[in-house]
Amino acid sequence: MTAVVELRDARLSFGARTLWSGLDLTVGPGQFITVLGSNGSGKSSLLKAILGTLPLTEGEVRVCGRPARRGSRRIGYIPQHHGYAVDVPLRGRDLVQLGLDGTRWGPPLPWRNREQRRQVDDLIERVGAGAFANRPIGRLSGGEQQQLRAAQALATEPAVLLCDEPLLSLDLRHQRGVVDLLDKQRRDRDTAVLFVTHEINPVLPVTDQVLYLNDGRFRIGPPDEVMTSAVLSELYRSPIEVIRRGDQIVVLGADDASHTHPHTTSQTTKATA
Amino acid sequence: MSIAAIDWHQIVNFDNYGELLPLVRNSLIAGAMLGVVGGLVSVFVMTRDLPFAVHGVSELSFAGASGALLLGVSVVAGSFVGSLLAALALGILGMRARDRNSIIGVLMPFGLGLGILFLALYKGRAANKFGLLTGQIVAIDDTSLTVLLVTSAVVLIVLTAIWRPLMFASVDPEVAAARGVPVRFLGPFFVILLGCTVAVSIQVIGALLILTLLCTPAAAALQVTSSPSLVPLLSVVFAFSSMVGGILLALGTSIPISPYVTTISFAIYLVCRLLGRLQGGRRSVTASAPQVEPGRAATPRARWQRATRRHP
Repeated sequence: MTAVVELRDARLSFGARTLWSGLDLTVGPGQFITVLGSNGSGKSSLLKAILGTLPLTEGEVRVCGRPARRGSRRIGYIPQHHGYAVDVPLRGRDLVQLGLDGTRWGPPLPWRNREQRRQVDDLIERVGAGAFANRPIGRLSGGEQQQLRAAQALATEPAVLLCDEPLLSLDLRHQRGVVDLLDKQRRDRDTAVLFVTHEINPVLPVTDQVLYLNDGRFRIGPPDEVMTSAVLSELYRSPIEVIRRGDQIVVLGADDASHTHPHTTSQTTKATA
Repeated sequence: MSIAAIDWHQIVNFDNYGELLPLVRNSLIAGAMLGVVGGLVSVFVMTRDLPFAVHGVSELSFAGASGALLLGVSVVAGSFVGSLLAALALGILGMRARDRNSIIGVLMPFGLGLGILFLALYKGRAANKFGLLTGQIVAIDDTSLTVLLVTSAVVLIVLTAIWRPLMFASVDPEVAAARGVPVRFLGPFFVILLGCTVAVSIQVIGALLILTLLCTPAAAALQVTSSPSLVPLLSVVFAFSSMVGGILLALGTSIPISPYVTTISFAIYLVCRLLGRLQGGRRSVTASAPQVEPGRAATPRARWQRATRRHP
């Protein structure tokens, strides 16, 4: 089995500040890795290092056996959700199309060849966006836009999907929709997923490994091993309580982890109500 | 003087239309070319949210042109210097919307004031002064026309060549950058193309009215469609019709061309808005999912997060 993403003794520093060092990470095909950690712990920077847009200070990062470089077609990228303006001359399907040919020079041709149109249709169907793919992108809901972003990221048949908090500002129903579609993609096509989030609960059932980053330290392992009071207390160097209740995890006590606190509780309330 | 006392025949007179037409040949060619370029450029002015930048660049361009008028050198060259300086300032200092808006807000009154100073010092024909702000009909000599045509052709070719990556970079800069699109280069580069377009448009349409060419056409087109091939097409048709139609109408009257151009352009926008409304009614009936406004917090957590982001 060749690793899809491989980091060896990786260090990332900005000036005197080290986000993480000595990071070894191997992501195999079809694996779902959830990356957790407080703000500024270097979660998004990790994705950027893999994308090749942010060079490592030390160590190396390989994607499908080759050193990471900008513009790789082996990587699909779904950034944090931001709404599209109504003044954008694109429909849902055109956003997906950009994933196929957005990097090519020249104007968009209205007479796209049949093969490309079939590809776009196929991608739209795969994420279940057929009902709204022909509507203006600026008039779609946040969840619908994220579904189309996922389709766009899948356009090059990437070996790994890098997701940077794709669930932010989505309601629970749409959160589940996006998670399901990522899960299906990795099961059907062996696409690895690196999923950066503040909130583990929506992805807990599909997570194989958790990478928890905090203040230069990190832990990698299955959720059951990492999401414990002992491990997180060690990471944060202060007492932290992790409560597991069914398929929900509640983290109490961390200064930065309190970031996840209000949502977790509100979600738990909702789930039990 | 009451309205009734205006001699309408002096203002509107299409009697010798055929003889007048050759006089505005240059203006017509210029208007047609600007319609095509302006229609295409305005698509990205809308997509990249740049209408205010257009206005800022055009005021600086006006300052350059009036300075050239005062010094007795080429007015076109002057407007180029002005708008390219403005474009460079925008490109270097502020591609983020917030920075950009404040820089333009600072630059614009300065440029306008400078231009008015130059015009106040200028002792030549008053029509030349007014023309830079509001456009004029027979001011295009052969040299200016050549400059306009060559510049427009270059903008046209370059814009067509970078169309797709520029669109990608405009709507999804993060993904585009990850996929290898030179996002940081394309933004400022487009502002320079915009500066060139403004510089050649200013003589025909005037500094104050330039948005009618570089914003309204695409804004109108976006009311009726979001298709990436139809929007530029319609935008060009709209810009072309208002420019050429405005010049042809102005010819039969003693009023400058810009009121005609702006009125046609605005009328097209109104009609498109109305059509868009009618379409919108249909759209909401077919809408499948409850609409969550983009960017608006949908969950308690997201709301909470927004609140904490504002007060860290």
